[in-house]
Amino acid sequence: MAMANFLFGAAAFVLVMLALGLLSILRGPSDVDRMLSAQLIGTGGVAVLLLLAVVTDMPSIADVALMLALLAPFAAVAFLRDASSSQIKSPNASDRT
Amino acid sequence: MTHALDIFTVVAVSAGSFFFMAGTVGLLRFPDTMTRLHALTKVDNLGLGLIVVGLLPRAEGLLGALKLLSVWIFVQLSGAIVSQLIAHVARREGRQT
Repeated sequence: MAMANFLFGAAAFVLVMLALGLLSILRGPSDVDRMLSAQLIGTGGVAVLLLLAVVTDMPSIADVALMLALLAPFAAVAFLRDASSSQIKSPNASDRT
Repeated sequence: MTHALDIFTVVAVSAGSFFFMAGTVGLLRFPDTMTRLHALTKVDNLGLGLIVVGLLPRAEGLLGALKLLSVWIFVQLSGAIVSQLIAHVARREGRQT
């Protein structure tokens, strides 16, 4: 029981750290920094979900963590496509707009 | 024996939470985009890895443990690729301004 409380506290702590990381969406300064914060949510969210899966004894939450781990890189790739099409074309990305 | 495993879980999960805190502090405090990327992609993946290792003794059987490990490995792979892509865009933006 004490163990469940500890793991729950760890999940809450990581969640607070994620919330603090969201501050960098407000501060920027560049869009890349905002994307980094979204990346932080991806990694940290997986950690929180895995902790909760063990605490609440619901192994299916680990599948939710797997889904989040799958979707986080998609957000980054969408951002990078947008960034690379609005910039000067680099030599190795010339035919991908 | 269970006592030793509990202590192992507490130590590993605490260390993982600490690294998440370090990642957030780095994201908010480091001076430029590249160092923030450095803080995020390495430290957070280490934090997630430690939390996963800490949760392994409490996983449900061999399959549950393998699923935890596979989530971690997946986040490692996608994080490594995405960080390279983000660094590419960040470098081009830096050259432009």
